Amino acid sequence: MAKQPIDQYAAALPAEQRSSVYQSTKGTHEKRTKLLFDQFADPNRLRTLAGEIKQHVIEHLDAFLPQVEAKLQANGATVHWAATAESACAAVLGIMQARGATKMVKSKTMVSEEIGLAHYLEKHGIEALETDLGEFIVQIDHDHPSHIVRPIIHKNRREIAQSFEREGLGAYNDDPETITRRARQFLRQKYLAADVGLTGANFVSIESGRIVVVTNEGNSRFCLAAPKCHIALIGIEKLVPRDRDLGLLLNLLARSATAQQLTVYTEFISGPKPANRPEGPEEMHVVFVDNGRTEVLASGCREILRCIRCGACLNVCPVYRQASGHAYRSVYPGPVGAVLSPLLAQEKFSELADLPKASTLCGACNEVCPVNIPIPDLLLRLRARGKEECAPLAAVGTPPMGAWVLLASHPLAWQAALVGGKLLNYLPTKLIPVPALRAWEKTRTLPEWRGGKFRQWLKERRKS
Amino acid sequence: MSAERDQILARVRDALAPLPHRASLPNWDEELIQLRQNQAAIDLWERFSERLRAVNGTPLDSSAALVALLEQHGWLCGYCDPALWSLLGESFTSRLTVSPQFDRHNVDRYDFGITDAAGAIAETGTLILTDGSTASRLGALAPWVHVAVLRRAQIYDDISAALAALPQDPNVVWITGPSKTADVEGILIEGVHGPGVQVALLID
Repeated sequence: MAKQPIDQYAAALPAEQRSSVYQSTKGTHEKRTKLLFDQFADPNRLRTLAGEIKQHVIEHLDAFLPQVEAKLQANGATVHWAATAESACAAVLGIMQARGATKMVKSKTMVSEEIGLAHYLEKHGIEALETDLGEFIVQIDHDHPSHIVRPIIHKNRREIAQSFEREGLGAYNDDPETITRRARQFLRQKYLAADVGLTGANFVSIESGRIVVVTNEGNSRFCLAAPKCHIALIGIEKLVPRDRDLGLLLNLLARSATAQQLTVYTEFISGPKPANRPEGPEEMHVVFVDNGRTEVLASGCREILRCIRCGACLNVCPVYRQASGHAYRSVYPGPVGAVLSPLLAQEKFSELADLPKASTLCGACNEVCPVNIPIPDLLLRLRARGKEECAPLAAVGTPPMGAWVLLASHPLAWQAALVGGKLLNYLPTKLIPVPALRAWEKTRTLPEWRGGKFRQWLKERRKS
Repeated sequence: MSAERDQILARVRDALAPLPHRASLPNWDEELIQLRQNQAAIDLWERFSERLRAVNGTPLDSSAALVALLEQHGWLCGYCDPALWSLLGESFTSRLTVSPQFDRHNVDRYDFGITDAAGAIAETGTLILTDGSTASRLGALAPWVHVAVLRRAQIYDDISAALAALPQDPNVVWITGPSKTADVEGILIEGVHGPGVQVALLID
């Protein structure tokens, strides 16, 4: 049977890499579960509530976006709007050029990955340096992040040490502490020399216009301490109604993402620095990015816009654990990516139409989701869309269902098959020369035939 | 740019118009995010200290203990917010070189930075900094050791209480332990870009 691209990728993944992805996702998932259930009386109630709050937000964006814009402006920020990836990149470049700025330090933002910001700026002669350790390593390797929270989950320390040596960051040393210290020394000079600090936002409070950014390394704090201009690149779905709702969401985000009670640096930013302070941005810009989100909002999958990018669904997903992030061929991997990436691809949906099929529909992603996104339902809706649009990738690896359809729609044929099926217990099925069956049986054992019992049971029941 | 604003907002309106009804905002009670282990009876500083230690932070309750810690590790050169001189100036021994200015051109000259906290959260071991309370953002961030000076009355019980009292300040930062990463093979390393040692100093 032909294999889907994601299967091909998973099959080619080196065993060492698979094992490292598996171990660390499993570890994070277990710690997360323990923390949530040890510390809260009813963590599932929290997830449901957080999901309802985010659903409320995305279904009222028409009113909330102008409200939050007014708040941000009142707080002293300049608000920009970008409908597409290109215009978001151009907006950032425009802000920089207006200041005569040539150097940017970036803290981790998925939106910037999505719009290809660093490449765009480099093409226009601007140094745009990633400062999150993982993202920095991805950048010097011209690689792509393979996890939303742990960008280099696919790399080991030896590869990183080689990259550092190649980039002139010191002789080969694969001690993680040495690697971290070298990045610290290199990057702090970059922060101090940068004109602009770019961040994303985990949340924006509609009530106060506060932007919330969380990092463990403190890199976003440094991006907002040394440079004189702050640009926040924010997807239009990141809003939360009130400051108090952050209590729920921050508690869930830190535990779901990294099994922490709170992320180390949780910053609430509501404007440029006060005039009497020496360090911090004098100018603050917010760029609200659509880039396909309004299309998702109009689709039957708008629940995915609740996502707070914690990565918990990646960590728990049996497919992600085996395939790793690059198999998803897009910025957002794992279950959330299987929904979001084809949708954000817009007219290129068909190129990623295999992703919604890369799931056993086991439901673990929904169970761990801190905003209770019904990911399996959304995957089914996208499978249907792939089928309706006749996307070739949606059909790859689909078993021949014609025979089953015939049986299932003709009761007599079905009954005959039930009787005939008993033969399977006696036939040497391993010898049946049907390639699809051979491929299927390579990793599975056919169970003993037990068909027909239900009809018998029903007949008896009706009698009594 | 405003054309794009109108375009985005129009698309949002069009996307939402067909919805027969829209999700309402649920009511929720802060009690839901209270931790199971309710230690409200314990002294707030005690509880804060315990949580701070759990995230590898260092609670200290006297300036003498701070000076001892700095000298013991050879962290002898540092920055201290000028607003704190009247409180701490006398405690600095002759072995310490402490400056009331933070020079951004020499960030690596400072082993430690001492700044004022705007508050703390007992439940999580979190320190709260603001621009109002911190003269130099870099002074609190770049040195290996950051010392936040705290008073008992500034400690909030939990996250909800701290959110309800968020200061009117353009930059409020909650800091829960030293800067850290687990990017390389999931191994925890402290002191990535920010401090490797986070001290909370209680002054009453």
